[in-house]
Amino acid sequence: MPAAEMLKLEDVHTFYGPVEALKGLSIEVRQGEIVCMIGNNGAGKSTALMTISGVLKPRTGAIFFCGERITGLAPHTIARMGISQVPEGRRIFPKLTVRENLEMGLYAVPARRGGDSPNRSSGSDRCESRLEKVFALFPVLKDRQKQAGGTLSGGEQQMLAIGRALMSEPKLLLLDEPSLGLAPLVAHRIFKTIQEINREGVTVLLVEQNARAALRLSHKGYVLENGRVALEGPSGELLNDERIRKTYLGE
Amino acid sequence: MKPLIIGLWLSLLFLPFKGPEAALWFFLISSSTLCAWKEVAPRVRTVIPALEAGMRRLTDRAFFTETVSPSLPYAAIAAFSLLPFLVRDYFLDVAIMVGIYVILALGLNVVVGFAGLLNLGFVAFYALGAYAYALLNTSWGIGFWTALPFAVGLSTAAGFLLAVPALRLRGDYLAIVTLGFGEITRLVLNNFDSLTRGPNGISGIAPPSFFSIHLGTLTLFYYLVFLATLATIFVTARVRSSKIGRAWIAIREDEIAASTMGINTTLYKLYAFAFGAFWAGLAGAIFAAKMRFVSPESFTFLESVLILCMVILGGLGSIPGVVVGAFILVLLPEVLREVQIYRMLALGAGLVILMVFRPQGLFGGKRVSP
Repeated sequence: MPAAEMLKLEDVHTFYGPVEALKGLSIEVRQGEIVCMIGNNGAGKSTALMTISGVLKPRTGAIFFCGERITGLAPHTIARMGISQVPEGRRIFPKLTVRENLEMGLYAVPARRGGDSPNRSSGSDRCESRLEKVFALFPVLKDRQKQAGGTLSGGEQQMLAIGRALMSEPKLLLLDEPSLGLAPLVAHRIFKTIQEINREGVTVLLVEQNARAALRLSHKGYVLENGRVALEGPSGELLNDERIRKTYLGE
Repeated sequence: MKPLIIGLWLSLLFLPFKGPEAALWFFLISSSTLCAWKEVAPRVRTVIPALEAGMRRLTDRAFFTETVSPSLPYAAIAAFSLLPFLVRDYFLDVAIMVGIYVILALGLNVVVGFAGLLNLGFVAFYALGAYAYALLNTSWGIGFWTALPFAVGLSTAAGFLLAVPALRLRGDYLAIVTLGFGEITRLVLNNFDSLTRGPNGISGIAPPSFFSIHLGTLTLFYYLVFLATLATIFVTARVRSSKIGRAWIAIREDEIAASTMGINTTLYKLYAFAFGAFWAGLAGAIFAAKMRFVSPESFTFLESVLILCMVILGGLGSIPGVVVGAFILVLLPEVLREVQIYRMLALGAGLVILMVFRPQGLFGGKRVSP
């Protein structure tokens, strides 16, 4: 039996002013999967993630999350429904400490589940247990808890950004180019961690320039060209597809 | 060579106003100063980091971090609570103005320093607080304490109402709209003769009383301002380290990241505007009670700029910094009263020098979040 559908984009058109960045994008992410979107610069990958998380509003089309229509909702509402985004370029809060950065993730915990205050003095048990989970994934963050986020290395900042997104215990994690600007070894570690996160039950939608790594990691892949899906299929098949090998894998 | 050219150019500008002899003197003085500065400047640049490192070594010592700096606020509170017994009335008068500006600057610091929203019309909320008390008191004889919640409530509500449309804008556009709001408020006060008595202002405002004690004397009024200032410092510091304060700082650092973290950015920005306006309203009511007279002249755009300067001078977002900034910018014109017409010039030069050597403000180098 196929897993339940978690996220669905139907013919989504997003504009930057007069420029149409998404020209009818339709994708589907099922629960428990890692789905990747690959494509060239300007294909609309990041725009797609920004549209899902509500930062950009689609002009037409619909987005469904767990069966609910989330098109046009405010980003904070979407975050509270269980979609957590790790934005491109990490966008951590450089002047806050590592710990404070992680606590920021708690704003997305809905109040009715007894939302934790990120205030240290009221740092509840739940906040601590979530911090411990993140530290278990990224031990280096535990050592640097009190350091300002901006002083971390690129790889550590990426870990921090992922850790921050996990603090709200999301159902769906959106990752925008997690390997960007990282040394191959560090990028490899990040990809390993993404797999680990997924095994613990978090569905992942990954955007990557590094097509080979993304396809090896994921269950299903979408190739974006000019704001729409050019090719889709199980990642293993895409890895062996002649056209993809030529255009995106450089063979 | 360069100092000579600059000197010549400046003295040529000077020539039409003061005649050739003064221009020559000006040329000699300015070019020799610039020459000397050219020699000294590189050394100053090396001395400043060394001084900072020395300060840090000193302030990092256990004795300093554990004994001196926690007790510093208490020492300041003790010193200021004894002030009326130590100084002449003139200084007490200045101290009251310092207190009012500390409240104002801390209020603006919430908007500009914490949430990162440039508000150039902050004086409007100050004016609303002042006029609210002035009108309630002179028209209906309502006392200070009864009128205070209304004055503060009015300016808070105004902050909220301005924020609703203004927060659709960002950066420069927001600054322009707030500037416009400040000017509109002043012009309304200036022209709404039947209510505000226009440019003549409202006089005969009663000073506050506490039970049956009249707080008309300078000493008692000083304590009132002192307590209000302490309350402002305490409350803004507490709010900054709360969930709301952390959200403000996140919005200032990266609004998009903050919104994807689940922070309702519009709502928190509204809070920042209203919370900042709240303190401006308090300062306004106190100001009206102190002066016992209000007129639109006290609430010009320059006043907004002055308050903003206090925040920037001390270091955006830093509460001790903003307090020190307000102290300096109220005290400096008083100290410079001797040189009368040049004092604004000196003040401006001082600000420029500070921005060259310490662009982050006096206290801005430290971490902003608690």
